[in-house]
Amino acid sequence: MSPQIIDLLIKGLIDTLHMVAVSGAIGTLIGLPLGVLLAVTGRGELLQNLTFNRIIGAVVNMTRSTPFIILVVAIIPFTRLVAGTSIGTSAAIVPLTVAAAPFIARVVENAIREVDRGLIEAAQAMGATPFQIVRKVLLPEAMPAIAMGLTLSAVSLIGYSAMVGAVGGGGLGDLGIRYGYQRFLPEVMLAVVVVLIVLVQLVQSTGDWIARRVNKRNLKV
Amino acid sequence: MITLTNLQKTFPARGSGVPVQALADIDLTIGRGEIFGIIGRSGAGKSTLLRTINLLEKPTTGSVTVDGVEMTGLSAAELRQARHSIGMIFQHFNLLSSRTVFDNVALPLELAGVPKAEIRTAVEPLLDLVGLSDKRDRYPAELSGGQKQRVGIARALASKPKVLLSDEATSALDPETTTQILHLLADINRRLGLTIVLITHEIGVIKEICHKVAVMEGGRVIEQGPVFGIFAHPAHPTTRSFVDPVINRGMPDSLKERLSPAPQPGTNPVLRITFTGEKATSPVISAISRDLGLDLNIWHGQVDEIQGAPFGTLVVEALGDEAKVASAVEFLKSNHLGVEVLGHVPANH
Repeated sequence: MSPQIIDLLIKGLIDTLHMVAVSGAIGTLIGLPLGVLLAVTGRGELLQNLTFNRIIGAVVNMTRSTPFIILVVAIIPFTRLVAGTSIGTSAAIVPLTVAAAPFIARVVENAIREVDRGLIEAAQAMGATPFQIVRKVLLPEAMPAIAMGLTLSAVSLIGYSAMVGAVGGGGLGDLGIRYGYQRFLPEVMLAVVVVLIVLVQLVQSTGDWIARRVNKRNLKV
Repeated sequence: MITLTNLQKTFPARGSGVPVQALADIDLTIGRGEIFGIIGRSGAGKSTLLRTINLLEKPTTGSVTVDGVEMTGLSAAELRQARHSIGMIFQHFNLLSSRTVFDNVALPLELAGVPKAEIRTAVEPLLDLVGLSDKRDRYPAELSGGQKQRVGIARALASKPKVLLSDEATSALDPETTTQILHLLADINRRLGLTIVLITHEIGVIKEICHKVAVMEGGRVIEQGPVFGIFAHPAHPTTRSFVDPVINRGMPDSLKERLSPAPQPGTNPVLRITFTGEKATSPVISAISRDLGLDLNIWHGQVDEIQGAPFGTLVVEALGDEAKVASAVEFLKSNHLGVEVLGHVPANH
């Protein structure tokens, strides 16, 4: 492989990491509270509010049922509004975030619903406010599941980030399509795939390790 | 300390079902410093009843007063404040798996906004009290069931409550651990003057530590009173079915078959004598045969202990004429023993 291609690979990797990290971070900032709200406003939950729950749920489902590649194109006006452009890595972060936030929201919602109801009852019996229950009980107890869910989200985002090449997003996926496929350079395609596999492995292993660290449920007696 | 007046709880119908009346006409008064047991089979409504005391379950009608505070009239914030003085322990402990023993016990104090330094000085003696000082940095997953419940108890005591609610706290524990936990609760009751309300389906728990008991069935309290009285004289069949396995008030079936309700020529009366309290130790049987000249043939007997006081029953056949039997009954009653004529059996069987 020419040094030029290696440079491109490195740049592609950096772009991918940039897109995944920023959209993952903003997606978590939006998705985490959204997921908590979805979980606690459900039927029979701490702050039951079915109207709110259904509206948020519908919005989340709408985004999640739109194929990502269509979402990218469909929200171009919004992307332009936020990023000032619809082309490039920064622009690609907008649709990635829009896809990540509802995904993370569902992941967090499920993680929180898994928390034993007895713990909520115990906290209520202690005179905890709903906010205290979320902060001191639900989030810490759901943390292993949330860590696993965020890892899953990060891996999905790496996959999605390959698609934003279609709108000039850059990154490894873009490199693979333009050089590997369109210019018939199979070694570039192979290199891209290998780098992506290694990246996903690293993300998954790190996520697993963190989830194990925060999980105090299976300690040896 | 706790007064429940005319309490009703109806759960609304779900789907096409009918509304469920979980509690009906509940009137209970629980005195300060008492250990009050509520016993019933599953579905009797005892868990719902316990949860109305700290209003985890809001009664449909009726009033709940705890330490002079009418709980049903409180705002959400006032209710949270009131709950600080009502501790609760659970069958499945409900400890936070993500927190160490120390941090679990500290939780109620954190929730109440107590400063860190004060939390430390409050939690350490509690861990001492429940005998878990050496486990302070362990996680619940590393503890045995009994240890987990000790953490639960320490946590419930952290906010210095006046009342402790116990929701089947020993039902998930083995018999030996159950005894240890019950002794701990009794000890806390004595030392801190804490009022304890516990629900259970095990009569042994009631017998072991409760001062008073209420028996529930179908959402109603069917019988209540001091434990000793209920054990000695259970009135309701359900109460009897709870009490009988631990206090053998019955008699051998072989005898039961021969009993006829009315006296006939050539039959002897069969008496059940109930010894309670210190009377259980006075030598009435020998006094009857010596002073009244009435021989008693002992059929069946049992001496038990309820709340540290002896309780015994003796089933005897009186071998003598009616006048002697009548004076023996008088004599027993004048000694404050329970006597009832169970029936009559043919003499010289």
